[in-house]
Amino acid sequence: MQGHLLTWVTFIPVIGMLGILFVPKDRKDVVKVVAAVATGLQLWIAVMILFAFDKNSAGMQFVEQYDWIKTFNIQYFMGIDGLSIPLVLLTALLSFIGVFASWNINKASKGYFALFLLLDTGMMGVFVSLDFFLFYIFWEVMLLPMYFLIGMWGGPQREYAAIKFFLYTFAGSILMLLAMLALYFTQDPHTFNMLTLMSGTYGRTFQIVVFLALFVAFAIKVPVFPFHTWLPLAHVEAPTAISVILAGVLLKMGTYGLLRISFPILPEGALWFALPMAILGVINIIYGAMCAMAQKDIKRLVAYSSINHMGIVLLGMAAMTKAGMSGAIFQMFNHGTITAMLFLSVGVIYDRAHHREIDGFGGLATRMPVYTGIVGVAFFAGLGLPGLSGFISEAMVFIGAFPVYTALTILATLGIILNAGYFLWAFQRIFFGELNPKYDNIQPINGRELFTLIPLAVIVIFLGVYPMPVLDLFTATVDKLLEVLNFGASMALN
Amino acid sequence: MDIQSNIASLQYFLPELIITATIVIVVIADLILRKKYSYQTAYYAFAGVIIATIAVIVTSAVPRGLFFQTIALDPFAKFFKVLILIATLFTIGISLRTKELERFRFGEYYGLILTMVLGMFLLVSAIDLLMVYLSLEMVSIPSYILAGFLKSRRRSNEAALKYVIYGGVSSGVMVYGFSLLFGLTGHTNLNEIHQVLLSSDVNSLTLTATVLLILAGFGYKIASVPFHFWSPDVYEGAPTPITGYLSVAPKAAGFAVLIRFFNVVFVGNTTPNMTEWFVLSSLPWPEILAAISAMTMFLGNLVAIKQDNVKRMLAYSSIAHAGYILMGVVVLNHQGLFAMMFYLLVYLFMNLGAFLIVIIIANNYGTETIDDYKGLGFKIPYIGVVMAIFMFALTGLPPTAGFIGKFYLFSALIEAGRQFYWLAVVGIINSVISFYYYARIVKVMFFEDAPASLAAVETSPWMTTIATLLMIPILVLGIYWDTIAEFTLNSLSFF
Repeated sequence: MQGHLLTWVTFIPVIGMLGILFVPKDRKDVVKVVAAVATGLQLWIAVMILFAFDKNSAGMQFVEQYDWIKTFNIQYFMGIDGLSIPLVLLTALLSFIGVFASWNINKASKGYFALFLLLDTGMMGVFVSLDFFLFYIFWEVMLLPMYFLIGMWGGPQREYAAIKFFLYTFAGSILMLLAMLALYFTQDPHTFNMLTLMSGTYGRTFQIVVFLALFVAFAIKVPVFPFHTWLPLAHVEAPTAISVILAGVLLKMGTYGLLRISFPILPEGALWFALPMAILGVINIIYGAMCAMAQKDIKRLVAYSSINHMGIVLLGMAAMTKAGMSGAIFQMFNHGTITAMLFLSVGVIYDRAHHREIDGFGGLATRMPVYTGIVGVAFFAGLGLPGLSGFISEAMVFIGAFPVYTALTILATLGIILNAGYFLWAFQRIFFGELNPKYDNIQPINGRELFTLIPLAVIVIFLGVYPMPVLDLFTATVDKLLEVLNFGASMALN
Repeated sequence: MDIQSNIASLQYFLPELIITATIVIVVIADLILRKKYSYQTAYYAFAGVIIATIAVIVTSAVPRGLFFQTIALDPFAKFFKVLILIATLFTIGISLRTKELERFRFGEYYGLILTMVLGMFLLVSAIDLLMVYLSLEMVSIPSYILAGFLKSRRRSNEAALKYVIYGGVSSGVMVYGFSLLFGLTGHTNLNEIHQVLLSSDVNSLTLTATVLLILAGFGYKIASVPFHFWSPDVYEGAPTPITGYLSVAPKAAGFAVLIRFFNVVFVGNTTPNMTEWFVLSSLPWPEILAAISAMTMFLGNLVAIKQDNVKRMLAYSSIAHAGYILMGVVVLNHQGLFAMMFYLLVYLFMNLGAFLIVIIIANNYGTETIDDYKGLGFKIPYIGVVMAIFMFALTGLPPTAGFIGKFYLFSALIEAGRQFYWLAVVGIINSVISFYYYARIVKVMFFEDAPASLAAVETSPWMTTIATLLMIPILVLGIYWDTIAEFTLNSLSFF
């Protein structure tokens, strides 16, 4: 097992899925336990990987490399570096929490948990693949379960939301397929090996064209304005656990793809497109915040706040400075934990009230004090309060971006003020003021819900005070990435 | 010497002889058996096809010409023969349990299918214009009858009539093209035509017209735009097993003869890498084919969205797939041909599978309308899941073999260079469009609730088994396809 940790961490959920398929349909409890065990094991292995991970090395670790399809030189090639490891942990953690957040799903629960586990494998696979073809397979494998999970277990508009989500991402991913093939044929012998592709040299026009194709594919996933319209719909219609996964993990795949593939393979293309990326990032920040402010539905508000937060990641990446890049990666991780908390909190209240109108509540703090405290942590982390993890990464991004895009960064900080505005305003309307008499007897938060929320709250607070454990993980990787980009810059100048 | 050559050829003609013998046996058995037992002819047909399959596999496929160079024996033909036999085996199996066929005598049904098989065998190996024409008709005529097999159903009659008329016109046009080609070159053998075209100065305008006329015949068989008009009506009206069969086997045979014709006549089988369109280099042939491919994809996919009848929808989807496969012809090099052949093989399983599920649902619930599929994913869960897999494979999503097929087609285009990037983008747009209607079936089956009156009907285990057998290659080849890829690559050798 030691030698194949990445294979295990990726495929344990699939083993669980196969197990679930053999459980009789009426034993819903067994299905849930199997899912919990599978994701629990996955989390355990992910933690083992974390402890064995050498953070001083910028190279790939835990590498597994075998021939898969010899006639086309496709390899089963896995490995992780500092960029992937936070996301591997995040995926494992959120999947485990997701199972408990889905504990109340009783409609066709066998199908639900089987698909959930397949989704888990797809996500994990994306973060550990180093062969572009393998990466693509995992990237696509994740789409179908998502389509069903939204479409079968979602809210009233679920069918529309599911197909819209799918068509958007599918269009993007086939574009990625073409870009991937274009890269494949530049090498001799042809290869999908990302590390080999990174060492190749490409013409400037080629870099720009391929970069743009990949950018669209990844931007749809992030989502970058103007490709964001699938997101609010999908997030709102999806069941709670799926919203958590969608916002917590899936959105990161877009930015991860940019950092793993587009930037190091096509540095000149990245440099050429850096300013537009920064502008798009700022648009995301401002536009996301403005939209969030206008929402009446809490879940929609959280969904738009994701657009805002991912804009910060994009800005940090576009800056291409050490602080900006590290901030971007850290923000990816933090957004995963914070947004998961936000969606879980919304789920808690929705399960009780069966609606999500911000104005439909009021004074809940008197009836659900513990819940109020936890939501407070989530909301304040979301608006970037110092002492919580979101602040650190946002500050790093702004510090990194300011010397490069001064005006844009100033604009972006305005977006942060807006963030504070809508989060605080929503918090006030839900928890303070007159108690809505309808909710006089509302149930306080229960143990299972606390179990899903507390670990995340602990992480958010801990990393807000002492972020080094995570930052240390990717320092070496960021240095190496910047080196590649600087080299690209010198090439561009010549 | 004449006798020598014909008799000497016979030993390589064993599979065809076995099929012929089986046809005779089936017809005679049908005369002897009472109507109630006429389904037993299926067993004879099945056994015959199995033996023929073994014969195809064991017969050496060292490229050689048979019967005075009218048909060729080569790995390329062998590949398509295997493909046709697989489709036939499944079709016979499916027909046994199809309700709409129940009241008929089966002898002629299986006899006609086997005749088509014989015709397709000759078609995929024909290297003489006359043989191409004869075998094309030998495939077409039984299919006209089979399309109209449900005598009492108006739609079936309509299908047969439309099929005959379109078929007659297009094969007439094709023969006219052949006559021009013969007039230009003085030969009917494809290799000799190639030699003449190489050595002498043929008027390129006449040649273009000739090829366009010939394309009408092939285009009709593969149902590409603008020769596709027959297919929706025929697919909808014909008995569903026949629809499924028509959509895979004759289509594959049509592609085979198309490839062979273009490859041998215009490129020449001696060119090692087959990258040049030698004779026709003065004309923009790849562009013309690319345009046909793009139009075929768009038409098939866009019209499919609007269909309410599953069979009709699958008919348009099948047109669209002809467009995808044509992307491989556009580049006409090893990579393109390989991609086409691989795709045809995968397509066989997924499309036949889709039609099989349509039959199962028609058997159980008597409907072919998409809206009536509501909630069936919960009534017959296994069949629903299998259908979803076929639909996603047709869309081209991993981890199904449908993705691998599309992947190779796209990779052939990208490798060919920048002039076809646009076609790849068209292919992408179409894949996305196609998801919309394939997913509609899945959506109706799984996302909507069944009407309360709908009872759960037990699916016949026989049909469930066949569905599983069709699904396994789709899933396995989606994960590991190296062996099949190698087999396909090795089949790229022409006489």
